[in-house]
Amino acid sequence: MLNTYMELVRIRFLMMLAYRVKYYSGIIIYSLNIGVYYFLWMAIYGENSSLNGTTPVQMATYVAVAWMSRAFYFNNLDREIAAEIRDGTVAIQLIRPYHYILVKCFQGLGEGIFRLLLFSAPGLFLVSLVFPIQLPTGVEDWGWFVLSLVFAFVINSQVNVITGLMAFFIMNNTGLIRGKRVLVDLLSGLLIPIHLFPEWAGKILAFLPFQGISYMPSTILSRGLPTSEIIQFLGIQMLWLILLLIPIQLLWMTARRRLIVQGG
Amino acid sequence: MRSIEAKGLTKDFKVYQSRSGLKGAFRDLLNRKYRMIRAVDHINLSIEQGEIVGYIGENGAGKSTTIKMLTGILEPTSGTLQVNGYDPHREREQFVRTIGVVFGQRSQLWWDIAVRESFRLLKKLYRIPDDSYRQHLDRLVEVLEIGSFLDQPVRKLSLGQRMRCELAAALLHRPRLLFLDEPTIGLDVLVKENIRHFLKQVNKEYGTTILLTTHDLSDIEALCSRVVMLDQGKIIYDGDLERLRSQWGDGRRLILELKDEISLSALNERSHGLALRWEGEGTRFVAHMENGTGVSDVLSRLVPAVTVREMKIEEATTEDIVRRIYREGITHHA
Ligand SMILES: Nc1ncnc2c1ncn2[C@@H]1O[C@H](COP(=O)(O)OP(=O)(O)OP(=O)(O)O)[C@@H](O)[C@H]1O
Ligand SMILES: [Mg+2]
Repeated sequence: MLNTYMELVRIRFLMMLAYRVKYYSGIIIYSLNIGVYYFLWMAIYGENSSLNGTTPVQMATYVAVAWMSRAFYFNNLDREIAAEIRDGTVAIQLIRPYHYILVKCFQGLGEGIFRLLLFSAPGLFLVSLVFPIQLPTGVEDWGWFVLSLVFAFVINSQVNVITGLMAFFIMNNTGLIRGKRVLVDLLSGLLIPIHLFPEWAGKILAFLPFQGISYMPSTILSRGLPTSEIIQFLGIQMLWLILLLIPIQLLWMTARRRLIVQGG
Repeated sequence: MRSIEAKGLTKDFKVYQSRSGLKGAFRDLLNRKYRMIRAVDHINLSIEQGEIVGYIGENGAGKSTTIKMLTGILEPTSGTLQVNGYDPHREREQFVRTIGVVFGQRSQLWWDIAVRESFRLLKKLYRIPDDSYRQHLDRLVEVLEIGSFLDQPVRKLSLGQRMRCELAAALLHRPRLLFLDEPTIGLDVLVKENIRHFLKQVNKEYGTTILLTTHDLSDIEALCSRVVMLDQGKIIYDGDLERLRSQWGDGRRLILELKDEISLSALNERSHGLALRWEGEGTRFVAHMENGTGVSDVLSRLVPAVTVREMKIEEATTEDIVRRIYREGITHHA
């Protein structure tokens, strides 16, 4: 079973490799983003040596790690699913002995792994030469981070699947998709770490799944948290990962009932 | 076990109508008006293992909708349905392992990867053992003549090349039942022939049941022992092609070129009592003979008086027949 899905990952990876030129521009955009946010934060720090207990070096590390993680967890599943619903290909997928949504997620994973290897890893290395960032050297920290990043990928994909499946109910959901992307970047702590949000906002975000997408893995790697706190983070991520399965299943079940096939 | 057993199978589509203008758009938001379209209307269909059945009907008759229900893509509005012993919609993941599907209008291969990679993926998906996969694939490649473009991505194939690959893909896992929705659409004569030959072989060798829709009636003539004709969602004919021809064929036409001129009334007089109708003038005449009237009967009446120089017998083609049915409707005639 897993074998089949891994084959999908492999094929997506090959496809990405075939179109790799398209991704070179991505590397530049990500590097620019890291630069911009780095200088922005340094300007905010000014003479201060700490913001809410975060040092400038920790902040620089957070920025670099957060953006490079985004390269891994980010995918366009929402747009792909919406497009396939609109043009009717989703129906054709139903004659294959697999679960459509799982297939999509594994394709997203193939894409993520591609960007991780060809893009995040070398990117992070380059950035560490240019900016004063401090990555942990312990295997344990990296282990926690990888686990948290995998959870981040799943949560982000689940959010995307939910957004994409909305196309069953609102045929034109491009606006929704675009809005969601901005919202996720903001609420996940990619642009501003969540502990720097005003207190009331932080309280609200603590009840939303988005913290698990960027803030948690990036914090684990950039701030050196005590293990108990790391485990708490992972627990929260896992909780969301399970909770989000419910709306997906409901949406998918309703969708299959209402499925109409455009054309042919 | 029957391949397909459908009773009272029905599919309704809700078609939303949008009102015009901005005000209309707002009213649509609150309550949208819709209309029900009955695409498939209480059809009963029973197909035995090993049959090749042609499913025909005008554009919009409901053929594709039926196939989509039979393959588990769409949920029937009502009726009972068993395909290969499964309920296609409820038991989808297991059920689809037992069928193969080709939609002529749509590709199911992965657009950006080589055909061979697509096949490999299918092998994993259907858990086909290595040796049986290799054997079977070699066979498919040989018969369908697709060896030379296995390494090209699907998007670079021509329609005919792609369609042959789709067929191979649909049969890799040796399904017991094959659905083909317009498999020969847009293909040249040679490719069509190749595909028909191939389908016949598959049916004979593996006993694969085949249900195909087509607008090319020569497909039906070449392949199908049984035709099911659909009109506005209802089955209007279900039986063998021969019966359809004899019921609807309107007999044969005898075309005569005579040596000397003769009048129509003289001919009518001669053939008095035979079920036929004369047409023409001068030396050229056509006899529209009803079923049961023999050519020899007609000739034996004529020969004593007139000399026949040239003679041709024409039979209505399936296409003629089907055209008539589409135009006149089956009830009108029967
Ligand atoms: N998704 C849909 N929504 C609404 N109506 C639909 C939908 N799909 C099909 N129909 C309607 O159902 C009827 C049957 O369509 P179907 O596609 O089954 O016809 P068909 O026999 O395959 O025709 P063709 O020979 O043109 O392919 C048509 O009137 C069509 O307009
Ligand atoms: Mg059709």
